[in-house]
Amino acid sequence: MTRSNEILTYLVLGLVGILGPVFFENYIQQIAVLWIMVLMATTWDITGGQMGYNSLGNITFFGAGMYVSAVVQISIGYDVAEYTAAFGAIKVDFTETQYFTGIYLGIIAGGIGAFLISILLGMAVFGLRGPYFAIGTLGVAVAAGQLVGTIQYLGGGSGISMPVYPGDADERNVFFYILCFVITLVSHFFLRWLYGTQFGLAINAIRDDEDKAEAMGIKTATYKIVAWSIAAFFMGLIGAVFGNMIGFIEPLEVAFPTATFGIFMVAMALLGGKGTLWGPVLGAFVFHIIKETTWTLLLGWQWVALGTIIIINIVFFQQGIVGWLQEIKPEWFGLTVDRSKNPENSKA
Amino acid sequence: MNDLIEVQSVSKSFGGVQANQDISLSVKEGIITGMIGPNGSGKTTLFNSIVGHHPIDQGSIRFEGEEISKLRVGEIARLGLLRTFQQTRIYNKMNCVDNMEISVSQRERNFSSMFSGRKGEILDRAEEILDFVGLYSKRHLISGDLSFGQQKLLEFAMALMNKPKVLLLDEPTAGINPTLINGLIDRLKRANDEMGVTLFVIEHNMRVVMNLASHVFCLAHGKMLAGGPPSEIQKDQRVIDAYLGAH
Repeated sequence: MTRSNEILTYLVLGLVGILGPVFFENYIQQIAVLWIMVLMATTWDITGGQMGYNSLGNITFFGAGMYVSAVVQISIGYDVAEYTAAFGAIKVDFTETQYFTGIYLGIIAGGIGAFLISILLGMAVFGLRGPYFAIGTLGVAVAAGQLVGTIQYLGGGSGISMPVYPGDADERNVFFYILCFVITLVSHFFLRWLYGTQFGLAINAIRDDEDKAEAMGIKTATYKIVAWSIAAFFMGLIGAVFGNMIGFIEPLEVAFPTATFGIFMVAMALLGGKGTLWGPVLGAFVFHIIKETTWTLLLGWQWVALGTIIIINIVFFQQGIVGWLQEIKPEWFGLTVDRSKNPENSKA
Repeated sequence: MNDLIEVQSVSKSFGGVQANQDISLSVKEGIITGMIGPNGSGKTTLFNSIVGHHPIDQGSIRFEGEEISKLRVGEIARLGLLRTFQQTRIYNKMNCVDNMEISVSQRERNFSSMFSGRKGEILDRAEEILDFVGLYSKRHLISGDLSFGQQKLLEFAMALMNKPKVLLLDEPTAGINPTLINGLIDRLKRANDEMGVTLFVIEHNMRVVMNLASHVFCLAHGKMLAGGPPSEIQKDQRVIDAYLGAH
């Protein structure tokens, strides 16, 4: 994007981020979830859009971060096995210091845990390409949810109640809102920097022709795993925050919601325009607004409405909103096009 | 002159098809070597064997004296042995400059240089080489929008950007308009002369090979038919027979 457009966009986003929860106090959790969705879509786009590897399993890292943080936070005051086995029956009391030490350590551990898991998984799944990679990663996410459900140490299928926030509800909402907003901002600026380095070029090259990249000496395997682990790190961080924000975590609906958030993040990136920095951000906004509106106004038909939007997007509008804008207004993005040629010949 | 690439009795078959049978040849440092042969004679298979695209059945391939027949494509590329493709391959959604910048040599790269910024000297060299192949004015265009001939030039420029010791070119003039071919021959010669890149070229166009190469090998039916200076090869009865179909 050109400089002035970019400054304008950041200004609008900053205003939404800071003034949104001030003026619409009742929607503070909604806006927090919006930032989480922005993070999901933008980090999915690292591999999905920029590198051309459509992962359906990034939600694994969301859940992994959540569970790692839960274990870290609980173990500060209690024995984890005892805590989860009692399922709320033992009297839990975290002091304020314990709580905040726990949550900050937990979030960082969640990020690092997810990062490490993604490296191991990456070594296995990046041998796959195209649709096989998509299905392989989907399998990983589904398996992760089922697997965690069998581990009694982690509360099994009945989940874990997270430590309770020491303070009133409004303060709690603001605390988690700020965490979501800040982590999403950090991830955005990190990716913005990343796409401007050699790394950004290399993953674009892998997207366009992986065999050629390999033949030019680029260490494609390393790039692929690093790209995925960056996404995993941020997903782990935000997963840890989300678990605490909800207050109760369990494997299928909260930690590894493959069929909802796992798919939403792909849908958002596609809607906004994959392979662009801003597409997934815009996609997340549009998607979240449509989703919440249909939930309110078309209750009972909300899934049909959402499905229709995804179908229209995939069939008629594959390049997404930003991709379409780049085609009709390339000068907004500082792109150069050869006007002398007519588009039919350009495929040659 | 040293032998940069030494191929010794290499055989490769795909199922029942003997694509390469007991092939030996050497590519000398600093000159342009050509390889000719009718369609299906095994030229591209030999290229693929050299760059590690597939394992060979028998024989040995050495690069600067080191055995490379067991190495992978990326490892061989990082040694400085690069190839271009017969079906031109570029990064078609990126612009020309980006294509060039990502083609820098990966030989001395480590983990931290993966994240290095896009330095000025790389950009300068990219533009210099784009100018050399005549694509400077198109440098900000998406490479997939270029014509086929321009894409071939870009692929050649990307290979030069990598500073290879040897460049294997698979039919560099195929599909290029005849008036541009002369320009390309000139640039191949200059790359060899001025940048010191040893070239090994598969070529169908006889006029091009005779003009370009100082040593030519001829393959037919997967076997080495003849090798020598172009003037000799041109007169060799076996080569003429192979091309005119006397077999």
